[in-house]
Amino acid sequence: MIPCVSVSFDADADDDDAGDGEAPLLAVSGLCFAYGARVALADVDLTVWPGEVLAVAGESGSGKTTLLGCLSGELAPQAGRVGFLTRDGKRVDMHRLGEAERRRLLRTDWGIVRQNPRDGLRLGVSAGANVGEPLMVLGHRHYGWLRAQAGDWLDRVEIPTDRIDDPPATFSGGMQQRLQIARNLVTDPRIVLMDEPTGGLDVSVQARLLDLLRRLVADLDLAVVLVTHDLAVARLLADRLVVMKDGRIVETGLTDQVLDDPQHAYTQLLVSSVLQP
Amino acid sequence: MTAGYNFAYLDEQTKRMIRRAILKAVAVPGYQVPFASREMPLPFGWGTGGIQVTASILGHADILKVIDQGADDTTNAVSIRRFFARVAGVATTTRTAAATIIQTRHRIPETPLRAGQIMVFQVPIPEPLRWLEPRESENRKSHAMADYGAMHVKLYEDIVRYGQIATSYDYPVRVAGRYLMAPSPIPKFDNPKLDRSPALMLFGAGREKRIYAIPPHTPVVSLDFEDHPFSLQRWTEACSQCGDTASFLDEILLDDQGNRRFVCSDTDHCAARQAAGAGGAP
Repeated sequence: MIPCVSVSFDADADDDDAGDGEAPLLAVSGLCFAYGARVALADVDLTVWPGEVLAVAGESGSGKTTLLGCLSGELAPQAGRVGFLTRDGKRVDMHRLGEAERRRLLRTDWGIVRQNPRDGLRLGVSAGANVGEPLMVLGHRHYGWLRAQAGDWLDRVEIPTDRIDDPPATFSGGMQQRLQIARNLVTDPRIVLMDEPTGGLDVSVQARLLDLLRRLVADLDLAVVLVTHDLAVARLLADRLVVMKDGRIVETGLTDQVLDDPQHAYTQLLVSSVLQP
Repeated sequence: MTAGYNFAYLDEQTKRMIRRAILKAVAVPGYQVPFASREMPLPFGWGTGGIQVTASILGHADILKVIDQGADDTTNAVSIRRFFARVAGVATTTRTAAATIIQTRHRIPETPLRAGQIMVFQVPIPEPLRWLEPRESENRKSHAMADYGAMHVKLYEDIVRYGQIATSYDYPVRVAGRYLMAPSPIPKFDNPKLDRSPALMLFGAGREKRIYAIPPHTPVVSLDFEDHPFSLQRWTEACSQCGDTASFLDEILLDDQGNRRFVCSDTDHCAARQAAGAGGAP
């Protein structure tokens, strides 16, 4: 058995990253989560650095989505901590914050792109309102400005601006996903969690979306945790890759390194399973 | 008082329970207090919440006025007024100034309220956030966290669709800078009357089992955008009965040729002006 390659992580790193430009944005240690008796995450350690795209790969049921839920605080893990570096250089544990504080942080610093855009959008209200809502939640109360922002972001995600008043229910799947991305990025977050952003889209639409994501991530200097079962997506977008199996991280490393020279048996299986056209 | 009924219909324990809810509602302005709403001898949606609140606060010396869309003489108003005259034996009036308790469906009288008066509103849907979020659990969390940005989405959509904030009744307000509150389906014309009113405002939702309140002199702000401020509807016509140009007017169609005229929605206000010699518009 090849030992897990894991990033070194100082579990007691609380509050001592202040002023250090080289501190990880997200430092996860010892994360455990179980649905009843079924273990979904077992002792997961993870770091995400500012401006870095980290892909989490693995087959269905390996705990990828549960991991995202635990990172954003939607799911409360049974053990472990999720240390997030706030804008003022403090490290806070997402799960020990009060609900109000956690919500505020999620609104200002986090974006969460759901696999199914219908889960992350309000389908009944216009696209402009969907993009403007996070800003209204933050307290912006100028209609003209909100609308200008929404138009600007629709343009950036390549949605024709004359669709600004149409409800997303009338959009195609790819447009809905791009709209969801705009809605998440409009607040200028520092970290974005994406759960299979290209799932359910056909390949040409996937390619455009990936191009778009790559550009936005580079432009905005975003940290991204990208959950995907598609290794090609990971190869295209991610700087580093984490491979999960049965709730454990079995291998981590630079994306190219892991994909070209997989060490763990499961990773080798995963890489060799990809169909070559 | 008719024998066979407790004073004001409800039994004393029920009235106590409702009073406790009212006290809590007054202590936390705008907060929806759950209460064990009772079956009343009229269907839900006809004012069961208001009638329970009125029954709980009614005393022998009170003078009750009941209005329905501003009018004292419509079925709902007449029935509820007669109900309390029968089961509580209290004096009733149609004059706003003479009343101590005014139960209302969807209007606030034009005559300014004074200290000591109590308004009781009948509320169909107490939750202002339900329009966007049907989950009650989520809405309670939003209230707890004062997380009300989503409410502006509704106003934003209004401007997108109609070029202005088209919500004209049940216009959402922020009470005492804290709780978002549905003022019941009163026209937004009446919203300014809620702000720092010397009277106590009580809201009862019977089907939804919620009571909330605005204590006297509490600031109540209608939501708006900086570049689309809250504004009141205005009429170019005057009341055809009393000639008033400042009150809330109802439009009455007269025939198939599109002839119409406007009358005050508040019948007591209109009658008082006519008695004082005001003439109608031609």
